[in-house]
Amino acid sequence: MTTTEAVPRTAGTAPEISRAHTLRQVLHVQSFQILLVLMVIFLAFTALAPDVFPTWGNVRQIIQNVSILGVLGIGMTFVIVTSGIDLSVGSNLVFSGVVAAKVMQAMGDSGWETAIVGILVAVGCGLGWGLLNGVLIAKAKVPPLIVTLGTLGGALGLAQVITGGVDIREVPAVLQDTIGYGNVPGTTWPTISLIAMVLILIFGTVLHRTRFGLYTFAVGSNEESARRVGVKVDRQLISIYALSGGLAGVAGILSLSQYGTTAIAGQSATNLNVIAAVVIGGTSLFGGVGTIFGTVIGLFIPAVLQNGFVIVGIQPFWQQVAVGAVLVLAVYVDQRRRAAAARGQSAKPDGKKKLYGRRSN
Amino acid sequence: MTTIPVLEARGLTRSFGNVRALDCVDFDVNAGEVVALIGDNGAGKSTLVKALSGNLALDSGKILFAGGEVELTSPSHASSLGIETVYQDLALAPHLNAAQNMFLGREIPKPGFQGRLGFMDNRTMRAKSREAFDELGATVRSLSDPVGSMSGGQKQAIAIARAVAWAKGVIFLDEPTAALGVVQTKNVLETIRRVRDKGVGVVFISHSMPHVIDVADRVQVLRLGRRVATYEAKKTTVEELVGAMTGALDGAHS
Repeated sequence: MTTTEAVPRTAGTAPEISRAHTLRQVLHVQSFQILLVLMVIFLAFTALAPDVFPTWGNVRQIIQNVSILGVLGIGMTFVIVTSGIDLSVGSNLVFSGVVAAKVMQAMGDSGWETAIVGILVAVGCGLGWGLLNGVLIAKAKVPPLIVTLGTLGGALGLAQVITGGVDIREVPAVLQDTIGYGNVPGTTWPTISLIAMVLILIFGTVLHRTRFGLYTFAVGSNEESARRVGVKVDRQLISIYALSGGLAGVAGILSLSQYGTTAIAGQSATNLNVIAAVVIGGTSLFGGVGTIFGTVIGLFIPAVLQNGFVIVGIQPFWQQVAVGAVLVLAVYVDQRRRAAAARGQSAKPDGKKKLYGRRSN
Repeated sequence: MTTIPVLEARGLTRSFGNVRALDCVDFDVNAGEVVALIGDNGAGKSTLVKALSGNLALDSGKILFAGGEVELTSPSHASSLGIETVYQDLALAPHLNAAQNMFLGREIPKPGFQGRLGFMDNRTMRAKSREAFDELGATVRSLSDPVGSMSGGQKQAIAIARAVAWAKGVIFLDEPTAALGVVQTKNVLETIRRVRDKGVGVVFISHSMPHVIDVADRVQVLRLGRRVATYEAKKTTVEELVGAMTGALDGAHS
């Protein structure tokens, strides 16, 4: 967690900010509020199980568990900031893993050459699905919910067609030994988490510091205004869904390395878990607001709850109940904030956008 | 008039289904001139502005920029010619701050390698935004708050400042005073004169006849998708304009 602190927190603001802005930032940024929630949860479990819970071994376990979801969460944050959604990430992960496993199986040996080909194949597959999503959403104007629901089914179905529904369990040893459950040499830091962290830092910077990131917020904030000032909205959307897909490909190879199997049936709730984390982290489903930092915190809450419940001897199923409650609460807070923002302006409120459900403000 | 208009429309036609929003409409504006474009609701004012700012494909007709025929394919194409528009709905991104809105689509990259990676020179953009707002006399409290939390007047000021900063040829203002108070309205009218004096052609759409007569040099009246009359603002009256808009004066001219 300490390492993710480095990710900038607010949308595209530069470091030289006024005091008033800093105050506003701290009080209003949901990712900060959610960080407090995470700290409270962490302290509670520490108090309940001081010998087991706060040890490095246990924390390391938690960090390792969220790494793959973290990679998916990056792309999902970009997508949701544009007020889109990507349901296909889990299936895309499976498909990319399956194709990569097939190719590596066919190559036969288990050295780095095979592994690198496998990595490229997985990322390529992921990008492919992402591009398909992006083109259908940006050019064919099919709503993202529907497009990615379609590719969710398509990618998973094709993965099962390719394998006949039987998981492939041959994964090159180098992948398993290094990326899978290896540590960064000389440390006890899991390699898979280092990979996730590097990606988080890179794309956190892209989202919060670069023009690409600014355009991502602009598209989510007011697509029409972005279009009018000459932002290439279609290309931006396609790039973002391709990014989400490509990262799902990366997650595919990571999952393959970690579990040593394609785990076709194991990712059916991955998309929802990632979306929940992004939303808990303060990214608005209505677009225009969000941080990668928040997403990371949003991923740790379910993971810490799961881990903590097991340790203190509560049925881990309670984790789902708790996460559900936190999720609804997070969206409630977001709605309250949007309503407050709408009241604060004398002109037409920007609350025109409705999402999948009812809103009453 | 012997000067070549900076922007001229000839015989623009556009139908939406059975509705002829623009029916062979002509329009022209010279550099350094304020032209008021008036007409009743549905007369085609906003449609005409969309057509002239690259936001609308035409069925037929010609657009001439500084005497040369152009086909405005997109808003950014129009911008590149120096045609800027302040829309009725302002078209700001509510979650971005004033400076980000000001430079959206025209960000200043950081010098050198960082710039090529997509990093932006926020400091310069903020300074230039501040300059532009000050020049307008606009009170924009904060450059780093999202504009969605600002008042209608402040948003208006940002939208106008953005258009003024980039307009080199023509600026369209679609009901810029509709949401404003007395003082702010005066500021906007003042701004319009100042922009005109810089040599930019200003097209001012309004329902407020006193403002029109106050600030415009010429008034062009649209009705049912056509230009039905053009007046010298100094030699016309509110009654005459309203008559032309509603058609009560039909037969009395041209």
